[in-house]
Amino acid sequence: MSAGHSATEAHQPVFVGEVRQKLDALFPKYPTRQACLLPALWLVQEARGWISEGAIHEVAEVLSLTPAYVKGVVTFYTMYHTHPVGRHFIQVCTTSPCNICGAEDVAKAFLQHTGCGELGATSPDGRFTVIEVECLGACGFATPVLIDDDFIENVTPERVPGILQGYK
Amino acid sequence: MGYPHPTHPKEQAVLSKHFGDAGARTFDGWVKRGGYEGLKKALGMTREQVIEEVKASGLRGRGGAGFPTGMKWSFMPKDVVKPHYLVCNADESEPGTFKDREILRWTPHQLIEGCAVGAYAIGAERIYIYIRGEFTAEHKILVKAVEEAYQGGALGANVFGSGKRIDLVVHRGAGAYICGEETAMMNSIEGRRGNPRIKPPFPAVAGLWASPTTINNVETLSASSHIIREGAAWYKALCRGNPKSTGTKLFSVCGHVQRPGNYEVVMGTPMTDLVFDMCGGMRPGRTLKAVIPGGSSVPILTAKEIEGCLLDYEGVVEKGSMLGSGGMIVMDDSTDIVYQVMRLARFYAHESCAQCTQCREGTAWTTRILERILAGQGKKEDLNLLLDLADNMTGKTICVLSDSCAAPVVSAIKKFPEEFDAYISRARTSSLVTA
Ligand SMILES: Cc1cc2nc3c(=O)[nH]c(=O)nc-3n(C[C@H](O)[C@H](O)[C@H](O)COP(=O)(O)O)c2cc1C
Ligand code: SF4
Ligand code: FES
Repeated sequence: MSAGHSATEAHQPVFVGEVRQKLDALFPKYPTRQACLLPALWLVQEARGWISEGAIHEVAEVLSLTPAYVKGVVTFYTMYHTHPVGRHFIQVCTTSPCNICGAEDVAKAFLQHTGCGELGATSPDGRFTVIEVECLGACGFATPVLIDDDFIENVTPERVPGILQGYK
Repeated sequence: MGYPHPTHPKEQAVLSKHFGDAGARTFDGWVKRGGYEGLKKALGMTREQVIEEVKASGLRGRGGAGFPTGMKWSFMPKDVVKPHYLVCNADESEPGTFKDREILRWTPHQLIEGCAVGAYAIGAERIYIYIRGEFTAEHKILVKAVEEAYQGGALGANVFGSGKRIDLVVHRGAGAYICGEETAMMNSIEGRRGNPRIKPPFPAVAGLWASPTTINNVETLSASSHIIREGAAWYKALCRGNPKSTGTKLFSVCGHVQRPGNYEVVMGTPMTDLVFDMCGGMRPGRTLKAVIPGGSSVPILTAKEIEGCLLDYEGVVEKGSMLGSGGMIVMDDSTDIVYQVMRLARFYAHESCAQCTQCREGTAWTTRILERILAGQGKKEDLNLLLDLADNMTGKTICVLSDSCAAPVVSAIKKFPEEFDAYISRARTSSLVTA
């Protein structure tokens, strides 16, 4: 995942070259352009790390929707970032089934070892953002943690420093 | 099998037979293991015959509601004027449930085959599999398997030479529990916010793009191809309890058991067999306090209540709860029930789509009152207030998310009143919640 661009930078079009081809490949899969919205937003996030105001306008344009409509959809879904996040985005499940197995201590260990002061904040070196997430659908492998696209099972506080070494 | 553990003698591995076996993931590997025979057999039958066979098997929806699958399929209009759609629900987000993930990551072709059987039965030329955004590895595995299935002739313009077209699109969610609700899922596929729709119209009449649509869970569809291959009578005979509950069911067991995992048992198996024999019971020195048997949305059962409880739709209802998705959350005596119920309420408050007042306000206030109790500022009246709120949240909203928040709260207050009283009388305090 590429680094987050700053929120004030001028928008460089996302849907060019290979990403444009990926967008075009979506159209035959759905009977309407509107239905390509979620996958198109994923393409933006994969390319840029987050979904900026400029990207919202560009998505609206290519799918013949209004920016306000696109924004309404973006904000409904928790996985789309509407502001830049750290180079590595860490999601720790702390819902009840994991909670009773010690998930809050795992979340605390991530906060401590990344230097992120609090949940949702990015570490001063820009490396990490840590959040608590609701059930990841892997409750038998408490505590599951999603780092970018890597799904890691059975995380304990002791394993945290070792896991973080793999993310520069 | 009780993945990640070996198959226990009390299990019956049908869907889970190849969990943990990476060789079953490929098209060739699946075919080598007898895969796609069910689909080929279905294509040699009429649509009606496939539906009748599934009806006769007694298969019921594994996504939570337990609605008879064959009957659901028969609601689809017979005359194909508008396009028909099959949607596979792979949004698995109900706390305690992690069975569909195992099907997706080990046996993606088992699911694709089941989807194709379902699509053929309901006359759909297109399938959408809605997979939750957090299932990153499973998404990759599934997309690869779909490509292989096209190459192998199991999908496409002429499925296994039958002249039938069946296309399959994998649609990735983006983080929203509510999109597991079937009408919210349709909105999400259409590129909208995932707000549930008012029913009627039902999806079979006006679903995706106002066309006839059927929505089934991953496990339900996966079971359907086995039923066609082995026959309805075989499936129906897999029954140890009530004859209205047939086949095998995957139970995800998590929390305080020694061996959490996915176990596949014949319907009607005693719950205590699952918790104590297959999962190895509690950790040393601990005793069982409670079980939430069907995903977090159902009433809590006490240790006493699970004695004699049979794992089928009727058996769990008899004990005052529901089988739901088969996600069992096991809690031992170290569990703070009040804190965990607050966490569940917080989950529902976070996931409410907020279009119904009772749900938006009810889930938020339930969480706030529970937090207040935990912070040592509870009042005696708070329990009645919570029950009153729950009453207003039940049976009054567009979807049942609101009811799902109320169920664990009400049952916890009724079954563990002393835990609430301990906080309210300040006999107990929590370091986790401050005012
Ligand atoms: C709030 C809510 C969340 C749901 N989440 C899921 C889910 O994650 N997976 C699922 O299969 N069904 C879920 N359901 C049930 C679906 O709406 C639907 O009944 C089911 O997918 C039908 O499939 P089945 O008949 O094969 O069980 C949910 C329902 C509600 C009300
Ligand atoms: S009950 Fe809650 S989640 Fe369901 S439609 Fe109403 S507000 Fe949305
Ligand atoms: S509660 Fe943590 S993965 Fe389900």
